Amino acid sequence: MKLTLKIWKQKNNSTAGKFETYSVEADEHMSFLEMLDVLNESLLEQKKEPVVFEHDCREGICGSCSMVINGQPHGPNKGTTACQLHMRYFKDGQTITIEPWRAKAFPIVKDLVVDRSAFDRIIQAGGYISVNTGQAQDGNAIPIEKGLASEAMDAATCIGCGACVAACPNASAMLFTSAKVSHLGLMPQGEVEHTKRVQSMVTQMDTEGFGNCSNVGVCEAECPKGISIENIARMNRQYIGSVFGSQTKVEKA
Amino acid sequence: MPLKANSPEGTLDDKWTKYRSTMNLVAPNNKRRIDIIVVGTGLAGAAAAATLGELGYNVKAFTFHDSPRRAHSIAAQGGINAAKNYQNDGDSVFRLFYDTIKGGDYRSRESNVHRLAEVSRNIIDQCVAQGVPFAREYGGLLANRSFGGVQVSRTFYAKGQTGQQLLLGAYQALSRQISLGNVEMYNRHEMLDLVIEDGKARGIIARNLLTGKLERFGAHCVVLGTGGYGNVFYLSTNAMGSNVSAAWRATKRGALMANPCYTQIHPTCIPVSGEYQSKLTLMSESLRNDGRVWVPAHKEDVMAIREKRMSAKDIPEDRRDYYLERRYPAFGNLVPRDVASRAAKVACDEGFGVNKTGLAVFLDFASAIQRYGKTEAHSNGIHNPDPKKIEELGKKVIEAKYGNLFEMYEKITGENPYDVPMKIFPAVHYTMGGLWVDYNLETNIPGLFALGECNFSDHGANRLGASALMQGLADGYFVIPYTIGQFLSKEIRTPKINSDAPAFMEAEKDVDGRLKKLLSINGSQSVESFHRRLGLIMWEYCGMSRNAEGLQKGRKLIQELRAEFWKDVFVPGSDDEFNPELEKATRVADFLELGELMMVDALDRNESCGGHFREEYQSEEGEALRRDDEYAYVAAWEWVDGGDPVLHREDLEFENVELKTRSYK
Repeated sequence: MKLTLKIWKQKNNSTAGKFETYSVEADEHMSFLEMLDVLNESLLEQKKEPVVFEHDCREGICGSCSMVINGQPHGPNKGTTACQLHMRYFKDGQTITIEPWRAKAFPIVKDLVVDRSAFDRIIQAGGYISVNTGQAQDGNAIPIEKGLASEAMDAATCIGCGACVAACPNASAMLFTSAKVSHLGLMPQGEVEHTKRVQSMVTQMDTEGFGNCSNVGVCEAECPKGISIENIARMNRQYIGSVFGSQTKVEKA
Repeated sequence: MPLKANSPEGTLDDKWTKYRSTMNLVAPNNKRRIDIIVVGTGLAGAAAAATLGELGYNVKAFTFHDSPRRAHSIAAQGGINAAKNYQNDGDSVFRLFYDTIKGGDYRSRESNVHRLAEVSRNIIDQCVAQGVPFAREYGGLLANRSFGGVQVSRTFYAKGQTGQQLLLGAYQALSRQISLGNVEMYNRHEMLDLVIEDGKARGIIARNLLTGKLERFGAHCVVLGTGGYGNVFYLSTNAMGSNVSAAWRATKRGALMANPCYTQIHPTCIPVSGEYQSKLTLMSESLRNDGRVWVPAHKEDVMAIREKRMSAKDIPEDRRDYYLERRYPAFGNLVPRDVASRAAKVACDEGFGVNKTGLAVFLDFASAIQRYGKTEAHSNGIHNPDPKKIEELGKKVIEAKYGNLFEMYEKITGENPYDVPMKIFPAVHYTMGGLWVDYNLETNIPGLFALGECNFSDHGANRLGASALMQGLADGYFVIPYTIGQFLSKEIRTPKINSDAPAFMEAEKDVDGRLKKLLSINGSQSVESFHRRLGLIMWEYCGMSRNAEGLQKGRKLIQELRAEFWKDVFVPGSDDEFNPELEKATRVADFLELGELMMVDALDRNESCGGHFREEYQSEEGEALRRDDEYAYVAAWEWVDGGDPVLHREDLEFENVELKTRSYK
């Protein structure tokens, strides 16, 4: 199949970027990233700079790949990262537009690569349980209801790719942040410090420059792991509860 | 160089306890003055960095990824073993120890493996306390499943994403230490050299991948948790970025690389579909509980399938060869990984492969669907179910057990495995070899430690399923925080390491020269094309079966390819910018040396054991033939640029287990 690609090229964050047009011969069995490999291989043969994109595990779990394909983060297929998207879902002769995540809090590094370290800082603000190695009691000391553990697991399955932010018209990180707040807050081990956690993480999220949530819901629709916006509702409840219902107050840095 | 394992005195089951209680400590006021570099933030690295930070050391942690959460530990599916005996099925520390030694075909060190089995229990406790959402029973207690052909259920899991959840646990513990200021995190920094001063590891040279700038970092010691080198084969289940460079740079500075030829080839992966293929995807070992492996028994059927004139369903039962069930009646489709992989290779070598490349066998769930369908119908009170109903009910059971894997298979291949059998083929998955370490996880270079997959220590010649996660976390959480004190207690008077000292400046100059050289070649072939060619040589001559002639030829071919690389590679861009092609070039350059060492090691080992199968050493039935009298040793290699690698042996002593032939007939 012959394809036309319109790809965002940008040298770094301080220079302007623009779309470049390429053509590539692809095979329906290729993954989307392998199609880009083929393009890059042909660019290198002509001694041109390849298109830079982030990728690693290529099995949908590391969260590295991050590109908007024809207007949708990770492309047209539901529950699928760009690395697991295959070319059989595209048509011969089609034009495909490929852009980076676009959000103020995710500055562009080069071409399709953005800086997502804001997510790390949100986790550092409180996305953990304060236990040192060696302090743990026996694993079976606290029974946890099967359904609850499974709900926590569903929230914990977030791969930190940032598609939710890229999809949101406000570039909000509420889905990402609430998934971690929910995962930890649902477990009895994490409940202990959840008042402080939810305030700290929300404060950090705001500091990073992510937008607010206006209940559009596109984050859930585009999330490759199907993280539910129920998590956002849960975080909102916990946030309000912790601000008005407790003595704990986290000040903005 | 005499290799001393430094295993403590005492009986097997109290060595670690006694040692831990008597080893040297570093007082809290001194810990604050000691710097530690940790390279790699997967299970081993992140666990170590977090724990050392908690203890009060000044830790600097490095990853080439944009975030510590991306390390390839995240992709582990199946689970993590621990000798908890929660199922009351007779498990114990000794049994886990024994299974691991035997599974490794008696090529690992008893004392290390026993310690691993001991601390396995603490890992589960620790992870639960961190909030890892392990699977649970209705009573709220932790669930287990059986795995990898052992006779007890000791595997803890979180859906098919156990690695992800354990890594996120370690990442969160690390994030907490970063926020407390105990760990300084360097994302997008790749270690390109090790710095040695007065014979001790004292720092690294790292490249800031965003700016391209080389940076010098000094510390009282260096800990590597940088993973395995399966990508030397180009195609593997490893992530695209997984590489050997940190460990290989240490080897170039004098560290010994042990048993590099021990490679685990996983039997159930999705086959290669074309030349453009960049990586292979694993289908969990658990599928072999219900899937039957077969190829057609007649060549004309094979051809008909390849030419798509027939499908698997058209082949009647009596024209199929369920070769694992035929060759290994006792274990059938559940033989260990190395045995299953070799059997698939034999079938394909004989011309029975079932896709257009001839490199695939069927993994068929039709019998399981029938079996489960009948049981379901019966338990639903349907006494004369029609075949359609049976199939419908059976598929539901299969979906509940393996739904996510079947979905992934369909995404990649476009075929529906509920209706047609999966096509699978073995692929490189894990490397048991790695940097040689003693009982303290210290390499032969004082102050250089290696943890997790990047060391050689616990899995011998073959790793059991669900043991990689166990080892990574054992090393990081529960071993290195203690054993590092044996070295650091002697360093409390050592002032801050000066990274402007001559050793650092020279190492930086070396790295800079190497990068400039790569950019200046300006040849005509891409890095990727060299990597792909290296992979083909490795797979052909040092893959699932090896022989002396092939290994000699393979070594020569790699030497030639390496020479060609340094003459004709093309790396675009410059070294003062974000340049992934340059990163790839430094990694492939290192693989081009490691590959040669793997050939040398495989050639030295004139026996077959675990993942290493030498065609010259097999029984009459074609099974692996170990030679304990001559080869019960660890082969630790000293790399010599431009010369022959030098072998250093650590003889393995078995005091607690009897060496037996593994049989699955």
